[in-house]
Amino acid sequence: MTVGTAKHRELGLTDSEFELIVEKMGREPNVVELAMFSLLWSEHCAYKHSRKLLRQLPTEGERVVMGPGENAGAVDVGNGYAVAFKVESHNHPSAVEPFQGAATGVGGILRDVFAIGARPIAILDSLRFGELDSIRSRHLLDGAVRGIGHYGNSIGVPNVGGEIYFEEPYEHNCLVNAMCLGLAKTKDMVRAAAAGIGNTVVLMGASTGRDGIGGASVLASAELGDGDEAKRPTVQIGDPFEESKVLECCLELLEKGLLVSLQDLGAAGLTSSAGEMAAAGGVGIDIDVARVPLREADMEPFEIMVSESQERMLAVVEPARVPEVLAVCEKWQTGSAEIGVVTDSGQVRILRGGEVVGQMPVEALVDGCPLYDLEPAEPAGWIYGNRATLAAGTSAENELLALLAAPSVASKRWAFEQYDSVVGSRTVRRPESADAAVLQLPESGNAIAVSIDGNGRRVACDPYAGTIEAVLECAQNLACVGAEPLGLTNCLNFGNPEKPATAWQLDQSVSALAEACRALGVPVVGGNVSLYNEGPEGPIYPTPVVGMVGELPDPAQVAGSAFVAAGDAIALIGPFAPTLAGSELAKQRGELDKGLPQPDIIAVAAACTIVRDAVRAGGLASAHDVSDGGLACALAESSIGAGIGCRVDLQPLRDRGCLPEQALFGEGSGGFLVSGERGVLEALGGVFLGEVGGTAIEIAAGDRSIVVGLGTAESAWCSLPAQAEHGGT
Amino acid sequence: MKWAVLQFPGSCDERDALQACTLASGEARLIWHEERDLGDVEAVVIPGGFSYGDYLRAGAIARFSPAMEAVAEFAAAGGPVLGICNGFQVLCEAGLLPGALLLNESMRFVCRQVDLVPIAPLDALSTPGGAQSNERREGRRLSIPAKHGEGRYYAPEDMLDALEVNGQVAYRYASDHNFNGSARGIAGVRNEAGNVVGLMPHPEHAVDPLTGSTDGLRVFEAVAAARARA
Amino acid sequence: MLIRPKEGILDPQGKAVERALPALGFEGIEHVHVGRMVELEAEDPERLAELCEKLLANPLIEDYEIQTF
Repeated sequence: MTVGTAKHRELGLTDSEFELIVEKMGREPNVVELAMFSLLWSEHCAYKHSRKLLRQLPTEGERVVMGPGENAGAVDVGNGYAVAFKVESHNHPSAVEPFQGAATGVGGILRDVFAIGARPIAILDSLRFGELDSIRSRHLLDGAVRGIGHYGNSIGVPNVGGEIYFEEPYEHNCLVNAMCLGLAKTKDMVRAAAAGIGNTVVLMGASTGRDGIGGASVLASAELGDGDEAKRPTVQIGDPFEESKVLECCLELLEKGLLVSLQDLGAAGLTSSAGEMAAAGGVGIDIDVARVPLREADMEPFEIMVSESQERMLAVVEPARVPEVLAVCEKWQTGSAEIGVVTDSGQVRILRGGEVVGQMPVEALVDGCPLYDLEPAEPAGWIYGNRATLAAGTSAENELLALLAAPSVASKRWAFEQYDSVVGSRTVRRPESADAAVLQLPESGNAIAVSIDGNGRRVACDPYAGTIEAVLECAQNLACVGAEPLGLTNCLNFGNPEKPATAWQLDQSVSALAEACRALGVPVVGGNVSLYNEGPEGPIYPTPVVGMVGELPDPAQVAGSAFVAAGDAIALIGPFAPTLAGSELAKQRGELDKGLPQPDIIAVAAACTIVRDAVRAGGLASAHDVSDGGLACALAESSIGAGIGCRVDLQPLRDRGCLPEQALFGEGSGGFLVSGERGVLEALGGVFLGEVGGTAIEIAAGDRSIVVGLGTAESAWCSLPAQAEHGGT
Repeated sequence: MKWAVLQFPGSCDERDALQACTLASGEARLIWHEERDLGDVEAVVIPGGFSYGDYLRAGAIARFSPAMEAVAEFAAAGGPVLGICNGFQVLCEAGLLPGALLLNESMRFVCRQVDLVPIAPLDALSTPGGAQSNERREGRRLSIPAKHGEGRYYAPEDMLDALEVNGQVAYRYASDHNFNGSARGIAGVRNEAGNVVGLMPHPEHAVDPLTGSTDGLRVFEAVAAARARA
Repeated sequence: MLIRPKEGILDPQGKAVERALPALGFEGIEHVHVGRMVELEAEDPERLAELCEKLLANPLIEDYEIQTF
């Protein structure tokens, strides 16, 4: 039953990869084997263009409980508890069918977290779409937001934060990255490695159908051009009800100590979960496809092995405990079947009844894929487009309103109100009330904060500086709520790494991520890579999405981002040196270009410590990181959130050499906008800017001074619903 | 006070409800949907979530569970029952409360802090014949989160009139807070006997100052007070 | 079984479809109602109405119609 050599190309394997498989097998693979190799040797599973780079990332730290290589990373939060977290992309499925693509993205990341024995306690998401004047972008946004809400709301895990950016390069290849956090008793956590020769392999959850066959390989490794829409395979359909039963079932099984190991079935289905479990445990595994519960009776063995049907988990169980395991599955009305056994053969064997239909060495299948070096070349200039939407000579007031109404800057309330942010009784800070989400952990007597960030436009301008900024922005967001970073996860969304310019972006970005994490002392506990994100116009903006989790001792001592009371002083803390390079204003003026100033990581880290300590001591009424749209937008956001105006003078920034428009709208790392008692703020090294009060946002900035009524600013900032639903403000 | 919180496959807020019951008064335990015996329970909470995935219609399948049969008997004997969100939908489907909950007017799931006006919570004395005006018994507003996609209260006009006359409108959205388009701003209703109440917003998510508000405790306290009086 | 919202009940899905039609060039269409269809095989069709009343439809808000083939 061997197959012609042409088949491997359709499955995404190169000729030399195919030859290597033949060499390792000592013969040509049959259909089942070729299908399985093509999945495990795909970019998605083998990280063949990124694995070498990722070795630079620091992964160790005192608080790390689980690092990369497990279903999710985890950090110790005290009292015998750990917080697990991971971010993962579901970009290509979402570009095909945004509702199901985003929904199953949430389902997948939830399974990664409960696979290690942690109960999911929060979801965040990081989304990228094209500009909202495009019907396609509005359709993708609407579908993705509904899909995320549908899955998370139905399963009872709160969605506590995230970010959405709208940029033209994402028009044909939107990004849907979902992050999940879970809480576990450290002693009850379980790894994914299969162990115990003779132990039973149990498949739990939904039955197996033809969903997403060829998905992981074809979807994640092929670039899509114009007119290729029909070639995209069917996306998987999610069933959050099934997942909620599987979740409760798995957690009950783990609490009762009935499982040796547990793994979710994600991309590449049974193939990757069985292969990776065997590889991690240094054992072999036999899977009998005749025992897999099917939705369609006539499925071929290879289809069963590569199916991406959702809501399935694979467990290794001691034979004596199998009846108890099946009884718990029965209680939760979820499927279960004994489909295989752990062996000492070092082989993955696929059987159909008594017949062997595939047999491969575990090592060759899981770790045998060649890893490639990138061939990076720095492009000479700005390789993306520019589109001016602001006329030259626009007044500073109108520039502020245009920035506040920019969908990337505007309030995301329209989106986050479609998500349940309160279920679970942990959410101390709901979306947009503070720079980071804050969740209380009564189990360990403290709280965690979490932030997810990654401004692709700035990374496009300068992959190195932009990536450092993404890490710093997370650190600043955590500092604003008084949290100290414990660990970081990331999702690297890039274009085709075989193209030199994209290879250069990826190379620069990963090096910067490593440098920033090292300098801040934050370990990388997990991550995900999504490559080949391209449309007919070219690659997406390089988008490393960073998710950072921090700890704070007292959930009652958390600053919000909104001003609190008229009369409070407003100050700027940190080494903020704004420029228009890569800013939202530069985008609107059509002036984007290559290059960003290099951030001073150590100085920003020092400012983070000052702000964090001040928040913990209750010294700040509000704290807000200066980000998209610069200081003027940060001031407007803090004012709108409070329903109180402000009066400030940006002379101190001009004294640092900023032009008026740089002081108003320039962007860069290291700026904290804080309010409180003037003496306290100045003792922290804060530069006094003005006071909270009045009903307008009044900003003195030389010849570009601004006075905008609070109501006017608020209508601009709250214009996303109209833009999302009709494309206009 | 001994509370029972029902748990169906697909329930989401049952742990939050347990905690709220305990904070309000007494002890609480989960009752699995297959249990037919409520034991010595003094009040029942049917929590929010998506029981049985909300497939077919929200609450349509959960009402046939053994635990719901037990709840129907418990309610018929005068025991206080509180249905929250999906629990309210289940009670309406089971015929223990009048009306139905339809898709929000916006067709979107909405999670938002809303103000509720208590009109006739369970601790308000029932007024057969509706001699007393509902409006006169309005209590202090409660700030409570609502989160649902299908929470637009509906009943035919004559039924709505009867509910008002009988003092069965338990909670109303404050003006400008009726985001789902409910008939006459109704957020919660109670049965004629005055021992079964359902509401769409989630009082169990308003029991901790750290997470936003403690007004939800008053809803649970009203249920406890009804028990004490019975 | 065809199940649809009762006449007179606000049906936002139906309304949304109706609103979208003119933009797509479909004129003169009104009273759109979005319902659902349940397909099943029954040995005894006699009791299907009861099944609709009890489970498949909510008679307060929905009408149903049984078609047998």
